[in-house]
This record gives sequence, structure tokens and C-alpha cells, in this order.
Amino acid sequence: MKPLVVVAPGTRIVLGISFFVLFVAVWAAATFSGFVSKTFLADPLTMVRSGWTLLTEMNFAHDIGMTVWRVLGGFVIAAAIALPLGVAMGAYKPIEAFFEPFVSFARYLPASAFIPLLILWAGIGEAQKLAVIFIGSFFQLVLMIAVTVGNTRRDLVEAAYTLGSSDASLVRRVLIPGAAPEIAETLRMVLGWAWTYVIVAELIGASSGIGHMITDSQALLATDQIIFGIIVIGLIGLVSDLAFKWGNRHLFPWAQLGR
Amino acid sequence: MNILSIGGVERRFDTTLALQATNLDVAENDFVTILGPSGCGKSTLLRIVAGLDQPTAGEVLLDGRPVRGPGADRGMVFQSYTLFPWLTVRDNVCFGLRERGMPRAQQLEVADAFLAKVGLRGFEHHYPKQLSGGMQQRTAIARALANGPRMLLMDEPFGALDHQTRELMQELLLGIWEAEKKTVLFVTHDIDEAVFMGSRVVVMSARPGRIKLDRAVPLPHPRHYSVKTTSAFTELKAELTEQVRVEVRAAQEAMAAAA
Repeated sequence: MKPLVVVAPGTRIVLGISFFVLFVAVWAAATFSGFVSKTFLADPLTMVRSGWTLLTEMNFAHDIGMTVWRVLGGFVIAAAIALPLGVAMGAYKPIEAFFEPFVSFARYLPASAFIPLLILWAGIGEAQKLAVIFIGSFFQLVLMIAVTVGNTRRDLVEAAYTLGSSDASLVRRVLIPGAAPEIAETLRMVLGWAWTYVIVAELIGASSGIGHMITDSQALLATDQIIFGIIVIGLIGLVSDLAFKWGNRHLFPWAQLGR
Repeated sequence: MNILSIGGVERRFDTTLALQATNLDVAENDFVTILGPSGCGKSTLLRIVAGLDQPTAGEVLLDGRPVRGPGADRGMVFQSYTLFPWLTVRDNVCFGLRERGMPRAQQLEVADAFLAKVGLRGFEHHYPKQLSGGMQQRTAIARALANGPRMLLMDEPFGALDHQTRELMQELLLGIWEAEKKTVLFVTHDIDEAVFMGSRVVVMSARPGRIKLDRAVPLPHPRHYSVKTTSAFTELKAELTEQVRVEVRAAQEAMAAAA
């Protein structure tokens, strides 16, 4: 191995899969040998079997659907407001000076700590779940988008002005397209964080969702179901991440060049 | 007939005087090269003409009207590569035309004509990152010219290119100038370049910059590369070399005294 030297694509996939295999092997060895008691950790086979039961008999697909809906719903609302506000803050410094201190403060407020308040305000319905996701992702998005837009290369801005751009068209034709790939990358990252908030939101006061299933399983000491739930979240996260990466590559081919 | 008139233009940064009150008149179809040691304020002067920087005293008149800010009537080519990376070569050239609201079909006609002039036919759909430095600067020249500016301002446009590419670019630009008869203000620290390109060479003193010498270049057009070996060329080059040397030394002494 030499530092920073790239691996061949094939080797890369093999290495990536190997660790998954190793991970499951260690897990299987620890549980089947009886080294770890079944009470604390179910073995992989039991996990797969009860996962199948969950899906076929207990309508777990509906729980997955609910959770996905909540994450996407809260995230889309947050992004829809964060995008224009973040761009405005990045482009216009007085707007940034007005909002930035508050947003910097607000993004350190733990979204999960708002749950009791949100239940008080919005009940235990969907609005409360969406609100948790919103609080967890909105402030992060605004700040990162504002920084990205504010970092636009100054020489490109000057070039646009010498080509006759007005202030409004500079924002529309230089600041936004130039920042777009990095903004898409920010959305991908924050969507990942939104997944952790949704489970927390569903642990308290929910009647459906992956998080709700996990709390129910806790009462029954069903570690097999808990692990299955966690793995499902991981898989959905992985799929959405790959979809985002694929989308970004196709939307912004120019940003991939020379990487 | 003067197209550009710089009257008593001075630029201070806080307490340091970067540019002393400077006067310079540029006639229509003139190619004026500005030569001077680095840090002498020649780029500052050009940026003031472009409207990207404001003078602390004096004013710049273009066709008798004071310059208030950057505009499409003064096309600029920068030393750094300032093509918009998210646009193809062709759309980069169309940028200013679209800003003016020209119909798309007409934009493409103009853009393709200028791309052909700079020898980039066949590269219309490439992204800037897929081009060499020389090709990027040729696109930048096409982009500035396509806008039909009154003047072309060039800030060491070939400064980042290797020697061989730079010489080819000089010939290319000179050929375009001879055909289009644009008025050009061209900043450089390369004496060969200043003499070969210019119909008039202006030498600036060390900081605080002022114009210390203004010479017409007695070389006929069209100029072929071989003029660089004629006695008229070498005599002027020798004189300018001497003048610039004095200023570079003065700049170094000022640095040493300040340290």
C-alpha cells in the first residue's frame, strides 16, 4: 500500500463487501457459539426469520412507508424554506447579518429535546414528527447553503459584471449555478441526519413507524426485531445516499471533471 | 479621436498610495500595453477602467461619459481562468449575449463565429475543465469579443501560460486585433509581449505607480513573429528593459527599507 494511491474499481467493491461479510461472520460466531446470550443479541438467522415474519404477518412495510414519508416530508419542507433563505443570506450580507447569529444559535438546539414541547403544541400526530425533522435539518441547511453561496469565486463574479450582468442576474446565473453541486451535496448529508431524528421522534408517542416497532420490541426483549429494524434503516439510508450521488453526478457533470 | 480618457486617477488603500494621479488618453483602434514591475498599480489602473475598483480621486471617461461601474461596453480578460465551469464553451461565449436578451439562434451564430476566430471550432460542447489553459483563455477572449465591447481590457491574460503557448496566443490576438480593429488596453510585465503587441507602450514606475514613459511602437502591421529580430524591435526593447529595471530595483529597495 502506498498513501493516496487509488484502488481499482473491482478491488474496491470486493474490499467493501468483504467487511460486511466479516462483520456478519463475527456476529454469527459470537451468537451461535453461545458466547453472547440470546437475550442480549439475536443471531443473524433468527433476525432474518423474524424480519420475514414482520414483513409478511405484521405489516412492517406500512411502518417503513410511514417512516420514509415522515423523513421526506419534514426534509422537503425544511429544504423548500432553507434554499431561498440560504441563497439570500449567502448573496446579500445584510440579510446574513440579520439571520446568521440566530441560526448559528438555533442549530445547536437538540431537535430531540423539542419533542415534549412539540407533543404539547402539535399532539402526537404527523405534524409533530415532521416538526422534529424540520428543526433538526432546517438550521443546518440554511447555514451550509449560505456559506456555499458566499464562497463563490470573486473572479467569476467580476467576469459576469464585465459581461453586463445585473445584480439580480448575477445571483440567478452565477451564484446559484456555481453553488448548486455543493448545495446538492449538503442536502445529501443533512438527509442522512434527518434519518436519526425520525427514529427518535418515533420512539415517543408514535403508533406506527420503524422507531415505534423498535420500542414495542424492546418491551418483548425481541432483539432480533430491533436489529432488523436498525438494518432496514441502514439499508434505506444507503439507497437514498446512492440515489443522491447518482443524481448529482448526472445533474452536474461539470463538477465531476478533473476530480 | 479619444475613446478613453483617464484624468487624475488616484487610488489609495487606507494610507498607502497605490496609484499616483494618472492621466492617459487612448485613441480609437489603439493597442496600448501597460508595462511595469509587479505591485506598481498597473492592474489597479485597469480595474478602475473596468469599473471593478473605484478611484479615490480623478475620473475615467469612456466616450466622454464617466465610468461608474463595470459594464458590457468594456470587455475584460483576466489572468486567472474565469470561464464559468458549469457552462460549455459555447454557453460561456453566449453569456453576455443572453444577458442582453438576444434570441438564442442569434446568440449561437455570434458565439460560433467568434469561436471559429480563436480556433476552437469543434470544442463548443466541452466544459472549461476539459480544456488546456491556452484554450480557456482563447474562449475568454471570444467571450469578451462576442459582446461587441467598445474596448477590450486585458490583465496579463497570458501570464499563467507556458512560453510557447503564450507566443502563439500573442500572434492570435494580434491577428484578431488587426482584423477587428478593437481598442485594447493590455497590462503585462513581459517586455517582449508589450512591444510585439502594442501600437503604444506605457511604462509605469514602482509603487506608488505613475506613468513615466509613453512610446509609440514603430513597427508596421500586420506584424509577423519575425519582427522580434528586427533592429527597431530590439532597440525599443533595450530602452524599455532599462526603464523597467530601474523601477524593479526601486521597488525592491522600497521593500527592503520597509522591512
